[in-house]
Amino acid sequence: MTEHLLSLMTFFPILGLLVILFIPKENEGLLKGFALVVTLITFVISLPLAFNDSFKTSAAMHYKEFAQWITIGDYFQMNYHVGVDGISLWLVLLTTFIMPIAILSTWKAVDKNVKAFMALCLLLETAMLGAFVSLDLFLFYIFWELMLIPMYFLIGIWGGGNRIYAAVKFFIYTAVGSLLMLVAIIFIYYYGVRSGVALNGFNITEFYQMGIPPHIQTWLFLAFAFSFAIKVPMFPLHTWLPDAHTEAPTAGSVILAAILLKMGTYGYVRFAMPLFPDATQQFIPFLSVLAVIGIIYGALVAMMQDDVKKLVAYSSVSHLGFVMLGIFALNMQGMAGGMIQMVNHGISTGALFLIVGFIYERRHTREIKEFGGLAKTMPIFATIFMIITFSSIGLPGTNGFVGEFLILMGAFQSELRWFAVFATTGVIFAAVYMLWMFQRVMFGEVKNPANEKLKDLSAREIVMMLPLLLFVFWIGLYPNTFFEKMNPSMQQLLDQVKGQQQVAVVEKVEPRQLHGH
Amino acid sequence: MDNTLVQLAMQSVNFGAIMPSLVLVCFGMFLLLVNVFSPRGKTTHVAWISIIALVISGIVSLSAWTPAGTPAGAGNTQFGFAGAVALDNFATFFNITFLLAAGLTILMSDEYLKREGYPIGEYYPLILFTTAGAMWMASGIDLMTIFLGLEVLSISLYVLAGFFRGQVRSNEAGLKYFLLGAFSTAFLLYGIALLYGVAGTTNVAEMGLYFAKNSAILGNPMTIAGMLLLATGFLFKIAAVPFHMWTPDVYQGAPTPVTAFMSAGPKAAAFAAFIRVFVFGLAGLQAEWTSLLWVLAVLTMTVGNLMAIYQTNIKRMLAYSSIAHAGYAMVGMVAANEIGLSGILFYMLAYTFMNLGAFAILVLAGREGEENLTLEGFAGFGFKRPFLGIAMTIFLFSLMGIPPTAGFAGKFYIFAGALKAGYVWLVVIGVLNSALSLYYYLRVMVTMYFREPSEDFAWVKMHAGAVVSIVLAIIGVFYMGIIPGAVMEMAKLAIF
Repeated sequence: MTEHLLSLMTFFPILGLLVILFIPKENEGLLKGFALVVTLITFVISLPLAFNDSFKTSAAMHYKEFAQWITIGDYFQMNYHVGVDGISLWLVLLTTFIMPIAILSTWKAVDKNVKAFMALCLLLETAMLGAFVSLDLFLFYIFWELMLIPMYFLIGIWGGGNRIYAAVKFFIYTAVGSLLMLVAIIFIYYYGVRSGVALNGFNITEFYQMGIPPHIQTWLFLAFAFSFAIKVPMFPLHTWLPDAHTEAPTAGSVILAAILLKMGTYGYVRFAMPLFPDATQQFIPFLSVLAVIGIIYGALVAMMQDDVKKLVAYSSVSHLGFVMLGIFALNMQGMAGGMIQMVNHGISTGALFLIVGFIYERRHTREIKEFGGLAKTMPIFATIFMIITFSSIGLPGTNGFVGEFLILMGAFQSELRWFAVFATTGVIFAAVYMLWMFQRVMFGEVKNPANEKLKDLSAREIVMMLPLLLFVFWIGLYPNTFFEKMNPSMQQLLDQVKGQQQVAVVEKVEPRQLHGH
Repeated sequence: MDNTLVQLAMQSVNFGAIMPSLVLVCFGMFLLLVNVFSPRGKTTHVAWISIIALVISGIVSLSAWTPAGTPAGAGNTQFGFAGAVALDNFATFFNITFLLAAGLTILMSDEYLKREGYPIGEYYPLILFTTAGAMWMASGIDLMTIFLGLEVLSISLYVLAGFFRGQVRSNEAGLKYFLLGAFSTAFLLYGIALLYGVAGTTNVAEMGLYFAKNSAILGNPMTIAGMLLLATGFLFKIAAVPFHMWTPDVYQGAPTPVTAFMSAGPKAAAFAAFIRVFVFGLAGLQAEWTSLLWVLAVLTMTVGNLMAIYQTNIKRMLAYSSIAHAGYAMVGMVAANEIGLSGILFYMLAYTFMNLGAFAILVLAGREGEENLTLEGFAGFGFKRPFLGIAMTIFLFSLMGIPPTAGFAGKFYIFAGALKAGYVWLVVIGVLNSALSLYYYLRVMVTMYFREPSEDFAWVKMHAGAVVSIVLAIIGVFYMGIIPGAVMEMAKLAIF
C-alpha cells in the first residue's frame, strides 16, 4: 500500500473522473456529491504523509516510486519517478485539503454544466498533485502543462463577464513561460549527456549534481525563472492574475490562489534555485527588487479597488512577493517563512475567496460600496471574516504572522536588509487595505435595503470554513508541527544553493530559536 | 532484343519491392471497372473495397519491416528495378502513414460525398493512386522513381482538388494546384537534370558515393543550382514559405476530406523524398542546405502562424496552420541527426492523426455547400455536440503541442534533435511559434465552449465512417502521446 501511496493519491481523482463521465448530467446533486467524496477520499489517502515522522530527521525523498516510462533506444529515457520530501509535503497536503472545500463551494454557485465542472476539477487535482510529487523534470512538465487545460475551461465556461479574455490571457501567459522552460529542460539533458554524466532519465536529483558552468546556468535559470515568475506571479508578469481571479468562479479562484500560484514558488525552490545555484546568487538582487516592488505595488493597487475580489487578487501579488523575498534570503528563517507563507496564503486567501463567494451568491455584486453594516445582519459571517482578515494581515496568533515575521527576520539577517525595510511597509499597507475594506463592508449602518435581509452562513458554509480556521490558529500558535518536518529538506536545499563552504560560515539556527516568538 | 539483356532486366525487377503500391494500383484499376458496372450514386461498396485494399497493402508493407536486432543483411528490405526502389524500414514507416491517412480519409468521405451531391465512385481509386504515388516517393532511391511517384501523386490530387466540378471554389482549387504544381515539377526535373549532369547518375545512393569521392565538385555552381532546384520542388509540395501561396486557396476550395488527405499524406511523401535525397544523396552539401532550411523553417513557422491568426474560416485556418506544422518538421531536417529525422517521421504520423481527426469533425459539422465552417458557425458547438466537441478539443490541444498528446511528443523529439545538434535559437523560435499558435487554436475552443449556442446543430448527422475515423484518431493521438516509445523506436529503426 505505502509503496504506491503517491500514485494512488495522484491518480485517484482521475479514477473518479472516469466514473463521473457515466453519471447522467441531469443528476447534479449526485455529481457534486460524488466529486466531493472523491476529493475527500484523496485527502484521506494523503493523510499518512502528515503523520510520518521520518520527515523530521531525513531530507530524503519519501514514498519514492520509480518505473520506466518512455525509453527510446539511446535517445531518451523518461521515467515515472515520484516522491515527497519536506518541501513538497505540506503543499501536497494543502492541495488534497483545499480540493474538497473548493468542491463544497460549488454547491449553489455552479448550476450549469455541473458534470463538466466536476470532471475538470478532478483532472486539475491530479495535475497539481502530479506536479508536486514529480522527481523527473519531464514528468513534471507534463503535469505542469496539464494543469493549464482544466483551469482554462473553468475560467472560460463558468467565469464572469470578461471570462474569455481572462481565460485566453491566463493560458497564453503560462504556456509561453513553460515552453521556454521546456527548451531549457531538454538543453540540460543534453548538457548532461555531452559531459558524460550517467543520466537515468530527467531525474532532478542527478541534475542537481551536474555542475553546470555559470555562464550556461544564467540562460537556463532565466528560462526557468521566467516560467515560474509568470506563475507566482511576480511583478511585472502579474497582469494575468487579477483578470483570471476576478472572472473565475469561486471554486476556480480558490484553487488558483491556494494551489496554482504555489506552483511558481515551488518551482523556484525545487528546480530553479538548486539546479542553477550560481545563477541564483547572481540574480537574487534583481529578483528581490521585483519581489519588493510586487509587495508594495500589489498592496497599493489593492487599496484602490472597488471590487472585493480584485482587492483579494492584488493582495495575492503582495503576499507572494513576501514568499519570494523569504526564499531569496537564503537562510533558514527566510526559507522557513517563505515555505510556511505558501501554506498560509493558500489557507487565508483561499478562505477570502470563499468569503467573497458567500456575499456574491447573496447579492450578486462584489462592489464594496454596495455593502456596509453586514456585521449586524450576519454575525457568524462577520466573526469568521474578521479572523481571516487578521490572518491575512498577519496578526500575532494567526498563521500570517508566523510567515511574515520569519520572512522579514530572514531578510534582515541576509544581504537583503534594505529590501526588508521596504517590504515591511507592505505589512502596514496590508493592514490598511484589509481593515479599510472590512470596515466598509461589515461596519456602520445598513444603508442598502438589499442588505437588510441577508441570511447568515448556512451549515454547509460554516463546515467549509471551520477546517481553514483550525489551521489559521494551529499554524499561528504552534507552527512547529509544520516546521519540524520541513527543516531537514530546507537545510539540504540551502546547502545546495549556497555550496558547502559558505554554509559552514552561516550560524546554525536552532529550531527553538526559529519558532520561539 | 538480346535475350540475355531481357533476362538481366527481369532479374533485377523484383515486384516485391513495390508490392504495397502494386496492390493499391491493381485495386484502383479494378475499382474503376467496378464503377462502370455500378448503378449511379452507389459508392459505398467502392469505399469498402478500397479500405480492403489499404489493409492488404498495409499487411504487405509491414511484412517488409526489419525489427531491431536483426543482423545486417538478414533483414526484410527488398530492392528492385536495378536499385531504383527500396522497400526498407524508412519506406515502410511512411507507407503506414500514407495508408492511415488514406484510410481515415475514405472513412469520412462516403456520406460526405453523398451530402454534397457528388457520389462518384472514381473518388476512391484516385485516392488509391495518390497513395501509390506517395509510396514510390518514399521508397524511391532513384530521382526518376521519386519524380514518377510525385507525378502520379500530383495528377491524382489535381483531380481530387477539383472534384466538385460544379463549384467555382473547387475548380479554382484544382486549377491553381495544377498550374503551380506543374510549374514546380519543372523545377524539380531541371534540378534532377543538373545533378545528373554533375554526378552522371540519378541514383541517390550512387550520387552520395560519387560526391563523397569527388568532393571538389560539390562547390560547382551546377551542383548548387541542382540542389536548389530540387529543394524548390520538394518545398512546394510541403508548402514551405515562400512556396506556400497555393495552400490556403487549394485547401479551402478542395472537398474537406481531400484537404485533410492533402495536408497529411502528400506532405509526408514530400518529406520522405526530401530526407532520402538530401540527407543521403546530398550529404556533402549539408552545410549549404541546412543554412537554407534554417531560414526557411523560421519563415514557414512564423508566416504560417501569423496568417492563421487572421483567419475566420476554420478550414482556411487549418490550411495556414499546416504550413506552420511543415515548418516545425523542417526544424528536424535542419538538425539532420538521428533524433531530428526520426522526429519528422513520428511527427508526420502524429500530424496525420490529429489533423485528419480535426478535419473529420469539420466534415461532420459542415452543412451542404460548406457555408458554415466559419469560426462563428461553431458557437456553442461543444455543449450541443459533446462528443465532437471533446474530440475537437483533443485534436486542437495536440496541434498546439500540449501534453499528453501526440503533437507534444512529436514536437518534443524534433526540438530535442535540433537542440542536440546545437540549434538553440532555432528551437527558441520554434517554441515561441508554438506559443503564437495557441491563440488561434484556443479561439476555436473559445467559440465552441465559451459562447452561447446560436443554433442547435441538428443537421449534424453522426455517420459511422466519420465517427470511426475520429475514434481511431483519438486513440492514435493518445497512444503516441502517452506511450510514444514504441512508435518512436520504429521511427528510429526507419532512419538507418
